[in-house]
Amino acid sequence: MVSLRRDRGSLVLSFIVPIAFFSMFAIIFGSQHDTVGRVKIIVVDQDQSRASQQLVKGLENEGSLVVLLKPAATKSQPQPADYTAATGEAAVKAGDISVALIVPQGFGEHPVAFGGGAAGPAIQLLYDSSDRIAPQMVGGLLQEVAMTSMPAPMAEEGMKYSEQYIGSYTPEQQKKMKEGLQQLQELQSRPDAAKAAPASSGGGSGGGGIIAVKNRSVVGENKNNPTLSFEAAAVGVMFLLFTASGSAGALLEEAESGALDRVLGSRIGMTGLLTGKLVFNILLAFTQLTLMFIWAWLVFKVDLPSHIPGFVVMGLCTSFAVAAFGMLLASMCRTRAQLGALSTLLILVMSAIGGSMFPRYLMPEAMQKAGLWTINAWAIDGFTKVFWRDLPVTALWQQVSVLLAIGIVLFALARRIARRWEYA
Amino acid sequence: MNALSASAVAAPSSTQPLEIDSLVKRFGNVTAVDNISLNLSSGECLGLLGPNGAGKSTLIRSIVGRVIPDAGSVTVFGFAAGSAAARETLGWVPQEIALYPRLTAKENLHSFGRYYGLTGSKLNEAVAWCLDWAALQDRAGELVSNLSGGMKRRLNMAAGLIHHPRLVLMDEPTVGVDPQSRNRIFEMIEALRETGMTIIYTTHYMEEAERLCDRIAIVDHGRIVALDTKEALVRNAFGSSSQVLARFEGPDGKVAAWVTEHGGRMAESFADSKADSTAQFTVQHPTEIAALLDGASAAGLELMDLSLRRPNLESVFLHLTGRELRD
Repeated sequence: MVSLRRDRGSLVLSFIVPIAFFSMFAIIFGSQHDTVGRVKIIVVDQDQSRASQQLVKGLENEGSLVVLLKPAATKSQPQPADYTAATGEAAVKAGDISVALIVPQGFGEHPVAFGGGAAGPAIQLLYDSSDRIAPQMVGGLLQEVAMTSMPAPMAEEGMKYSEQYIGSYTPEQQKKMKEGLQQLQELQSRPDAAKAAPASSGGGSGGGGIIAVKNRSVVGENKNNPTLSFEAAAVGVMFLLFTASGSAGALLEEAESGALDRVLGSRIGMTGLLTGKLVFNILLAFTQLTLMFIWAWLVFKVDLPSHIPGFVVMGLCTSFAVAAFGMLLASMCRTRAQLGALSTLLILVMSAIGGSMFPRYLMPEAMQKAGLWTINAWAIDGFTKVFWRDLPVTALWQQVSVLLAIGIVLFALARRIARRWEYA
Repeated sequence: MNALSASAVAAPSSTQPLEIDSLVKRFGNVTAVDNISLNLSSGECLGLLGPNGAGKSTLIRSIVGRVIPDAGSVTVFGFAAGSAAARETLGWVPQEIALYPRLTAKENLHSFGRYYGLTGSKLNEAVAWCLDWAALQDRAGELVSNLSGGMKRRLNMAAGLIHHPRLVLMDEPTVGVDPQSRNRIFEMIEALRETGMTIIYTTHYMEEAERLCDRIAIVDHGRIVALDTKEALVRNAFGSSSQVLARFEGPDGKVAAWVTEHGGRMAESFADSKADSTAQFTVQHPTEIAALLDGASAAGLELMDLSLRRPNLESVFLHLTGRELRD
């Protein structure tokens, strides 16, 4: 401990760097309330009909989209012209925008096609195939906005279909329908009419759609930082592994200097020595994790005080597992340089597949299963249960069991391998 | 209070500090310790004198219990070497500077004291004694990495004595140290001897063994080739004789032939020299020198240099092994 305190570089690496990394991730991912951000799209209205203008208006009022009709003004072009199909496509190709919608001429005459196969020209959705999320999201929102922002064209088209399949309306029915459509169009033309369409994401009712839908979040309803506790655990575990490996490397320095020989010639045997180092490394790792979560609480409002029992249980079990991991690596290596190379390789791989760099639920299933062989995966799962799902300590039995088992097995292996230092 | 007079170790099962019986240790094809037997008396300082690679350190490590012998036995005050009881009675000063460089001198002593089970006031007293003995009181708060080589050596020795052992093993404690620090270390060891401490001291410097040790074991290729006091070793090897070194000039090959004919031998380093040659003769009495020189002159050899050398441990080593101590 004294040695660590005097090694300023190690102190910074052990405590400052993990907090800095976590803060970076927290700023990048933690300030968004929704899991998906607003998508910028270009909309080119070649039709300029009432229906197309209603559609564009509906897209502009959609909370998840930022609609651009013309490029931003610059000094050379203070009043730029609206986007065209060509310039919209060019912007997607240049990577300036993910999606461009081209509403073609003639769209307004037959805007709606029930049962697939539009009677009129189709809207073009231009996209960059490297972005797998934006095109799908915009496509889905487009359908929803069409439903909610063009009720009059929807009704008109519906009537045409029913005339086609059921039969002609009587003159009185036609008159009533025309009056109704007119009212609908007048209603739609009011300045505040488009804003009545609900946002597609978040809570609230879906009263403007075909079927009524009420969204309710059952996890994290009152939390405004869905990824912060995940980031704290993910980044924390990764840096705990690095610190534990580095700290365990003190054993190699002792072996090199002869101090280990001297110590083993004293009252203390190898088991006692390794156990002492293990306990120190557990406390170091737990301290590191605690400081990170305190920082997360103070600066990023992660609710630590309400989750102390779960945090302590998961923190100690994770610290035990990473400390044992560090001891095993140190016992396997001959020099500090070897330890550095091996630990970097293993820890980066474990962190990648274990979910420290990228959430496991977004990985293919085979990778998710592979991640279960890492300390990271079990630690992150446990912390997520504590901080995001608000589950009690008893719900952590699986994560605790696995982490303790990992620690015991790795320490036993380290002890076995360390016999090379005991006797010649 | 003399900290060394109070021992915290368990009562020994034997008063003999060390008994080694037919010890053998091999590393692959190399026999590092070859059938060594040796006993040590209480309060004695035994020197292990031999060149690098003779097996001294392996013998020391066998006594400490860091090396498991292939044959034979080692007991320390009646306890098997390597046992907890034996380790309690033993102090070891390894050849390397086995200290923590990022801790201070005092912190190092505290750490090693704790490893030996010392705590509280006993630990503090032991640390204070060690710093005083090693004359490091004013450097107690200094990081080991900032100490000079001599100070590190003194601290290294003190760390081996922190727990008041009854037997101390010092493995070449003056390696790489300047003459002044070396002298200081000798004074420290002499102070220990006055307390009755039993010491095994390994070295390849003859003068250290002569100054500090009661008995000297000459070690070569894993064996003890001789074990006795310095005087007895010299007397057994040379009697009352002395060595004469004479450098002659003469025709090629003639010097070597004449020397061999008259019972001498050419010194190895000069054996191939054609210009002049140094010969070694053993004489029982200095008056024999005159007859030798007359004979050389009659043979046409010109005397260039002459010295009379009383035999010492180096001579004994050369006589017993055929090699120089520093080979």
